Amino acid sequence: MTSTTDIKAIIRRHRTRDAAFAVLGMVCLLVCIATLMALLVDLAIDGVGRLSPGFLTSFPSRFPGKAGILSAWVGTILVMLVTALAAVPLGVAAGIYLEEYARKNWLTTIIEINIANLAGVPSIVYGLMALGLFVYQFHLGQSILTAGLTLALLILPIVIIATRESIRAIPGSIREAAYALGATKWQAIKHHVLPYSTGGILTGVIIGLSRAIGESAPLITIGALTFIAFLPPAPVQRTFPFVNFDWLASPFTVMPIQLFNWVSRPQQAFHLNAAAAGLVLMAMTLAMNGIAIYVRYHSRKRIKW
Amino acid sequence: MTNNACLRIALCAALMAPGGAAPSHAEGHVIKIDGSSTVFPVTEAVAEEFQKNNKGAQVTVGISGTGGGFKKFCRGETDIQDASRPITKKEMDACWESGTQYIELPVAYDALTVVVSPKNSMDSMTVAQLKKMWEPAAQGNITKWSQVNPSWPSQELKLYGAGSDSGTFDYFTEAIVGKSKSSRGDYTASEDDNVLVQGVANDANAIGYFGFAYYAENKDKLKAIKIDGGKGPVAPSKESVENGAYQPLARPIFIYVSKKSMKRPEVKQFVEFYLRNAADLVKEVKYVPLPPSAYQAALERFQKGRTGTAFGGKNVVGLTIQEVLSRRLAS
Repeated sequence: MTSTTDIKAIIRRHRTRDAAFAVLGMVCLLVCIATLMALLVDLAIDGVGRLSPGFLTSFPSRFPGKAGILSAWVGTILVMLVTALAAVPLGVAAGIYLEEYARKNWLTTIIEINIANLAGVPSIVYGLMALGLFVYQFHLGQSILTAGLTLALLILPIVIIATRESIRAIPGSIREAAYALGATKWQAIKHHVLPYSTGGILTGVIIGLSRAIGESAPLITIGALTFIAFLPPAPVQRTFPFVNFDWLASPFTVMPIQLFNWVSRPQQAFHLNAAAAGLVLMAMTLAMNGIAIYVRYHSRKRIKW
Repeated sequence: MTNNACLRIALCAALMAPGGAAPSHAEGHVIKIDGSSTVFPVTEAVAEEFQKNNKGAQVTVGISGTGGGFKKFCRGETDIQDASRPITKKEMDACWESGTQYIELPVAYDALTVVVSPKNSMDSMTVAQLKKMWEPAAQGNITKWSQVNPSWPSQELKLYGAGSDSGTFDYFTEAIVGKSKSSRGDYTASEDDNVLVQGVANDANAIGYFGFAYYAENKDKLKAIKIDGGKGPVAPSKESVENGAYQPLARPIFIYVSKKSMKRPEVKQFVEFYLRNAADLVKEVKYVPLPPSAYQAALERFQKGRTGTAFGGKNVVGLTIQEVLSRRLAS
């Protein structure tokens, strides 16, 4: 028989362990945040002085004080746009197919293993593949389109895996309820499974796009430029048909390439430019994530189970 | 529903429409340049100035490295190639096969600087001593300064140098060891010269080599070693590079212009602008300009359309700029 004092001792001991684990978790979190903050502050100290409207509206220059990132941030936004437009529909559709429609057999198993492996392939490999396929085979040129599609391939596995995970998390009872009311498989997916898993899918998309926005190696491989002092043609025009897709074929550079070029220059002043460009890149990533979080929040509000 | 359908059609259109039209766009007037990261600052400066003076002109400059750039150049994908070393035999063959003829034009000097920390007492070195330090046989054997020269201190020798992908590495090994890409492997290597600057500046026992511009920018943290190439020790400087005294670590850097692209008036105009303004622009980006007569000779070579290389596919060390411009051309 255990006496009450024994039981109290056991409870006390377990509570201490509980508290200890909470502290340990807190320390781990603080280490992560402190590292990030240290990096950010370091970057801000160097770069904040260079941030100005002129920095965002000027082209690169041999004079560090006059140089800006106009072509770089425009290039990054356009490339990310193509990446998102290509990777999200493809990745979500592939995820739905694998999770809801595909029969479990050796072929789907092989596909699954391959997708998981592709998520870990170094980005330069995608660059080499894109150079052979998009540039030399399909003749898409060293363009924004090629770059967007390359990065789309790069993040496709991440989007597929996230889609599958979040679809799997939808309780089976939801599907069964839909079928019971006479819904077809597609109706059940379209009206129930997809809306409920939007949050998880968006998280995967954010992780994927955040990886893509910082990539430079595969883009250099397919022929991204370092110095370019003109912008792609505007996507809208005054005359019919008012939209213009020439920008997809335009040469480009992106933020990480501009940053890397400035970091490797001998002059200290260019290093400050690189820090400022780093801050802008961080802000762009944050803004992108902010949009996704906003959409996720609203999609969750609509769910009423 | 209709909204959704519209969205889907627009999406498909966005992804499909430009597929066919892509390659033809804009290639008519964009001047495409690619190649060495060493030559990049010079070409960037010229491109910037050219576009300022010629509204509507479009010049793009990439950094694929000298080797990667030549691959594109010989396939006819670029108009001008930035090169920190002369074209190699293999690249000549590739250009020959695709029918790409080129005009070789030196545009500036680049000097490699051997540096130590200001705390280090070393002042000058001979090429033979540097070779003893850097040749492949030194790996694991030469670990102290005193092993290179008995009168030097018996301190640990810490080496910093260029990574094996860079033209700087190719040239240093060629000039010092005598064979391109032949170097010991047990040293701190980086493609980023700023990393090497930090490494050498903070360590009294360290020695390293990198481009002159990086030394010039960090003169307060570094000490340049005088190099004795057989005619007494010479310190790297604008003057000693220009008059050819700083040997064998000074070299000309080049642009190669495709003969086919030269027929386009904007390319011709750009290259002429390059050679006419290089003397000033090269100085602004902290490189050493060629003498005015050399730019004149290069301009003449370009205007007469004389193709081929003066090096015959080999990287010849220690040529003066006059020799580079007067040697017989072969392609």
